[in-house]
Amino acid sequence: MTVESTAAARKPRRASKRTSAAKKPQSSEPQLVQLLTPEGERVEHPDYSIDLSADELRGLYRDMVLTRRFDAEATALQRQGELGLWASLLGQEAAQIGSGRALRDDDYVFPTYREHGVAWCRGVDPTNLLGMFRGVNHGGWDPTTNNFHLYTIVIGSQTLHATGYAMGVAKDGADSAVIAYFGDGASSQGDVAESFTFSAVYNAPVVFFCQNNQWAISEPTERQTRVPLYQRAQGYGFPGVRVDGNDVLACLAVTRSALERARRGEGPTLVEAFTYRMGAHTTSDDPTKYRADDERAAWEAKDPILRLRTYLEKEKLADEAFFTGLETESETLGKRVREVVRAMPDPEPLSLFEHGYADGNSLVDEERAQFSAYQASFADSAEEGK
Amino acid sequence: MAVEKMSIAKALNESLRLALDTDPKVLIMGEDVGKLGGVFRITDGLQKDFGEDRVIDTPLAESGIVGTAIGLALRGYRPIVEIQFDGFVFPAYDQIVTQLAKMHARALGKIKLPVVVRIPYGGGIGAVEHHSESPEALFAHVAGLKVVSPSNASDAYWMMQQAVQSDDPIIFFEPKRRYWDKGEVDTESIPGPLHKAVTVREGSDLTLVAYGPMVKVCLEAAAAAQEEGKSVEVLDLRSMSPIDFDAIQTSVEKTGRLVVVHEAPVFYGSGAEIAARITERSFYHLEAPVLRVGGYHVPYPPARLEDEYLPGLDRVLDAVDRSLAY
Repeated sequence: MTVESTAAARKPRRASKRTSAAKKPQSSEPQLVQLLTPEGERVEHPDYSIDLSADELRGLYRDMVLTRRFDAEATALQRQGELGLWASLLGQEAAQIGSGRALRDDDYVFPTYREHGVAWCRGVDPTNLLGMFRGVNHGGWDPTTNNFHLYTIVIGSQTLHATGYAMGVAKDGADSAVIAYFGDGASSQGDVAESFTFSAVYNAPVVFFCQNNQWAISEPTERQTRVPLYQRAQGYGFPGVRVDGNDVLACLAVTRSALERARRGEGPTLVEAFTYRMGAHTTSDDPTKYRADDERAAWEAKDPILRLRTYLEKEKLADEAFFTGLETESETLGKRVREVVRAMPDPEPLSLFEHGYADGNSLVDEERAQFSAYQASFADSAEEGK
Repeated sequence: MAVEKMSIAKALNESLRLALDTDPKVLIMGEDVGKLGGVFRITDGLQKDFGEDRVIDTPLAESGIVGTAIGLALRGYRPIVEIQFDGFVFPAYDQIVTQLAKMHARALGKIKLPVVVRIPYGGGIGAVEHHSESPEALFAHVAGLKVVSPSNASDAYWMMQQAVQSDDPIIFFEPKRRYWDKGEVDTESIPGPLHKAVTVREGSDLTLVAYGPMVKVCLEAAAAAQEEGKSVEVLDLRSMSPIDFDAIQTSVEKTGRLVVVHEAPVFYGSGAEIAARITERSFYHLEAPVLRVGGYHVPYPPARLEDEYLPGLDRVLDAVDRSLAY
């Protein structure tokens, strides 16, 4: 049997399996907005032009490389038992850095729990993101410092917070915008539908940025929708656009355009960044159990970092010193993250009773006093034993 | 002194008007709260006077109402949202429990969520399904929320003011069958704290604890018991989370007997919490076990059966007799 005939024999079997598992929706591959091909070629798009300096292009590359390095370190730290869980962004760097770099300082971000690249763009110290995954807090950073809200674990909830916040922005007469991140799985949630309704009827300055990474834990996008996600927007009365989520330039251009539209008072936009989660949903699941081996390989060819590097090298926009310098910087970042995480102390036991309420609560006071006395009883008996 | 006799509905309306007038960051949101003034007219005339930007008619989506109110609070606003009826709060329950209640703690205290969720609750108005429930225990059980319910016009007026000024999310249960009960409201007097219980009738033989719609029933029961020579004290709890256990303890250690009355099902209800804590605190002062009077472990019944379900004068007096018989 020849190699060719083996491949031919396999092909229909695989196709029929896919059909029975989940039928592909019609027109699942509509045109993506793309400005940089997987081969690293710059292409033009009639609606989304972008003109970046070499410095800016190198900046985007640096952001993606450092974000990936941080993510890899966090994954390793989880494997070493330093983190309880990690939600990797591997493969989604372009979607996050492109959209993140489109934001202005006075814009406000509502992330899920995977927006490590967006946090990076907002100037949130990456080590701050690890507290919740280590189990020392549920977020911990001050969202108002960087206009980057806390991670939201219940999927889709934050799209309503973003909408309400944007309604407030409009009431204030400010010209900033709000961006809500969510995934293809969250698109099935009622809260996302309600946020589309509210933002449309109140004309709220919000951009819905859906990272369609093809998988909601083990459920494929086909289990979330029968039409391409970006087309949902039409039914609510605002534009939707699908962008190549592995093309950092296109993500930047499309998000920037949507944000400007919001600032002009023209209301919401849905951006669907068509991308791929290269790793597991979190370190708790095993993608080999639910997706085909060749799928990841196909997406590796579209790697967001590789394609920008190819472009930078081909156009001589970055020299060898830049790349080696960045490598050193990456290692320094990884080392710092490792050290900070390992040194992260467990919270004080009595902090259990802090921050439940802003104005205090007599019940909490009572329980705190009881717990405190209980704790102190151990100290007493220890001293007596001496 | 500015004392005026008004219904609970009117007191709430006046209080909301004052809140809108005092603080430009206060917003009212909900289904039909604008032109209609709400199905119970609690927001009557407010949109006319404060505009559509302050009194906001929303799409018919409860999760959306609470979820966007959270976003507005994060932007510095103080939204007061109306859920049309008790049984319709559940589509918003996720946003209230997983987001509104937790966000302050999640941010280690760095952000505040001053949102008031108004819920007309309880039975006795002959309504259809989902319009008569008392889900307060479901909210009181959630850390991060505070849960209150006024029983009279004065409390309706002042507790709403205090709820709006609170930096914590407040679930504000309005006893809908008492909306039209009138009482005196002193709009200039300085009220006591929001979460303090109030002794609404002094007595020495037994303590009745109630809140919201059942306070009136308990006062009637105490008056009836008086005719039989029994001296019953009545405490209006006002706040179901936190609970003013000190006030209950003081009363119980005077009377030696406690009966807790509420419309909600007895099983896992606020009466259970009060009975357990008071037993712990005042074990040697109790002359009888703490008794509870409330709804049954059944879905809220059709209107023609609700008089059987809701605790009335006789059921409260029966519990009083049982307690005194120990």
